[in-house]
Amino acid sequence: MAGYNIPDTDYMVSGHVGCPGCGATIAMKFALKAMGEKTMVVIPACCWGVIAGPYPQSSLKVPILQTAFATAGATASGLRAALDMKGDSETTVMAWAGDGGTFDIGIQALSGAVERNEDFIYVCYDNEAYMNTGVQRSSATPFGSRTTTTPGKGWKKNRKKNMVEILAAHRIPYAATASIAYPEDMIRKFDKARRMKGGTRFIHVFATCPTGWRIPSEMSVKIARLAVQSNVFPLYEVENGVKYTINVEGSRPVADYFKIQGRFKHLTDEDFEKIQNMVDKDWELLLRKTSYFDRLT
Amino acid sequence: MKEVLEGSHAVSQAVRLAKVQVMSAYPITPQTHIVEALSEYCADGTMDARFICVESEHSAMAAVIGASSAGIRTFTATSSQGLALMHELLHWASAGRLPIVMAEVNRALAPGWNIWMDQTDSLAQRDTGWIQLYCEDGQEVLDTVLQAYRLAETVNLPVMVVLDAFFLSHTFEPVDIPGQDLVDRFLPPFSPKIALDTSDPFAIGQMAPPNVYMEMRRDVQKAMEQVLDIFSGVEQEFLNIFGRTYGPVERFYCDDARIIMVVTGTAAGTCRQVISDLRSKGEKVGMLKLKMFRPFPVNLIREDLGRVQKIAVVDRNFSFGASGIFAQEIRAALCNHPGHPPVFGYIAGLGGRDVTVDTLSEIYWKTKESDAPEDESVWVGLVNC
Ligand SMILES: Cc1ncc(C[n+]2csc(CCOP(=O)(O)OP(=O)(O)O)c2C)c(N)n1
Ligand SMILES: [Mg+2]
Repeated sequence: MAGYNIPDTDYMVSGHVGCPGCGATIAMKFALKAMGEKTMVVIPACCWGVIAGPYPQSSLKVPILQTAFATAGATASGLRAALDMKGDSETTVMAWAGDGGTFDIGIQALSGAVERNEDFIYVCYDNEAYMNTGVQRSSATPFGSRTTTTPGKGWKKNRKKNMVEILAAHRIPYAATASIAYPEDMIRKFDKARRMKGGTRFIHVFATCPTGWRIPSEMSVKIARLAVQSNVFPLYEVENGVKYTINVEGSRPVADYFKIQGRFKHLTDEDFEKIQNMVDKDWELLLRKTSYFDRLT
Repeated sequence: MKEVLEGSHAVSQAVRLAKVQVMSAYPITPQTHIVEALSEYCADGTMDARFICVESEHSAMAAVIGASSAGIRTFTATSSQGLALMHELLHWASAGRLPIVMAEVNRALAPGWNIWMDQTDSLAQRDTGWIQLYCEDGQEVLDTVLQAYRLAETVNLPVMVVLDAFFLSHTFEPVDIPGQDLVDRFLPPFSPKIALDTSDPFAIGQMAPPNVYMEMRRDVQKAMEQVLDIFSGVEQEFLNIFGRTYGPVERFYCDDARIIMVVTGTAAGTCRQVISDLRSKGEKVGMLKLKMFRPFPVNLIREDLGRVQKIAVVDRNFSFGASGIFAQEIRAALCNHPGHPPVFGYIAGLGGRDVTVDTLSEIYWKTKESDAPEDESVWVGLVNC
């Protein structure tokens, strides 16, 4: 993975309106490096709907189609069908949605598109809440987090939904997690997804949000790295819903990741123990899935 | 060539002849026959098109919006609950200036579940920026779908072609299916004014702050204001090639009429009979069939209705807390027209109840015998009330 060639060309320009340290912005920059100019980006309501720029400006050098919050999967399906009818197989359609647009309001359209095995890449940049509307909880918000709809003692007591597993259950050709702290791994995955034409590819990108997570903007990448190093957000790939490959193995305690974020500052050592336990069990499950496939082949 | 066809299949045949390339729809009675036939055309190669079997109407409209944004001719069809579910996307289509054509089968909204004729579903979407055209029979349905593409692609606005549940969607009638060569002459391949293109990247549907939003909405209205003229040009060409024409409104015995009954959809067929019967008894009555509801043909309404003694509007729909929707719009069109006649509003035939010759005769006599409307809306044919 190290030394993977990162293309020089950028398709994101300066002057976008992302917050300082915005992980979603870093994610787009890396993604488009791998995708190149023959890409059309479909964006439902989310922070990126704003970051992309107000009419008549655009922060991307590729076409953008903005669409309703729940519709990334469906709009991308229609766009793909039109390009196919025009005989344009070269252009890749890339849906680019937040966690709310993917885990919650858009899950129906996404599931429909994946079941039809539509030929596009669906990216969820996951900042673990509805950031555009002011940090409300989503089903991607992790256990323990405060948001504006899980405030004070009402901090979130439910687990984060496991989206990659939901997609694996669709037997999607390719599903992967990626992190803005691992650009080479991320660009490799986008490049791989781009080349795998003919079916749906899903990339779940961990994208820190300094504003919503109450972390200093300069800690954005470091905290994303800690999420991987503590196995809170493992980097792995799933092919055809069954072939699992783990890319990075973490070993740090979860507290290293949690303790430096404002959104978790109310948590106690007891809570960290509980979270450590959940993360360990999830990791164990992931290892088992990986070895299960190894036994199958 | 004439064939005996269901109203639904008149739609499907027109979509085939229009050489639509991307379709997406979700099944709902009574729209199903339209999309089943189209699926068959795709499966057996009759059409060179993609039919995207989405998981909801919300997604169906989103999918055709995606396809239309790339400059492809698109189609969808729905009814009732499905149209209600699409509501959010209807605005995306019109403000996105996408020439999408949709067949909408008028059906009642739940609760209670009711699959039968009622216009409240389409009329509740009157503020979404879609052109709305209401049809009376199978031939008009086929012709209107073809005209809708010409119209939509000229003004860059989406068009809803509306037909009555069952009374039209499931009724078999002889329909002249034109040859492909003639249709090609009338409807050339779509050449989009806007289409996403990687060699000329731009953004569609992006953020529109207060400094630009109002002008964008004004542009939609400006396009709407051109529709009537463009439609008459489209109709003229249609007439030249196919020998048929309908008009945004149709006048039946209106010239010397003292009372004009305003009707839409299949009720117009019944009303023709009623008018003929009444005329044979010496009654000075006429009918105005309203085909175009959006844009509302205000000037035509003033011209045709402004000078009669009384107007009787038959609404198979209702706006709660107000009145029948066609009556409401006609009142609004006439209110600045000096000396306009009283508008009698009648609610009839909701949720699939028949609007019979007797219903319409009752409406006529009530109107004739009253000096002024007894109420904003008079509900006709209620049981146990
Ligand atoms: C149907 C609908 N409901 C609600 C909204 C308001 N809304 C816009 S963006 C957003 C949250 C987006 O969250 P997410 O998908 O996680 O993206 P993020 O803003 O975090 O980048 C919400 C609730 C909307 N635009 N449309
Ligand atoms: Mg989010």
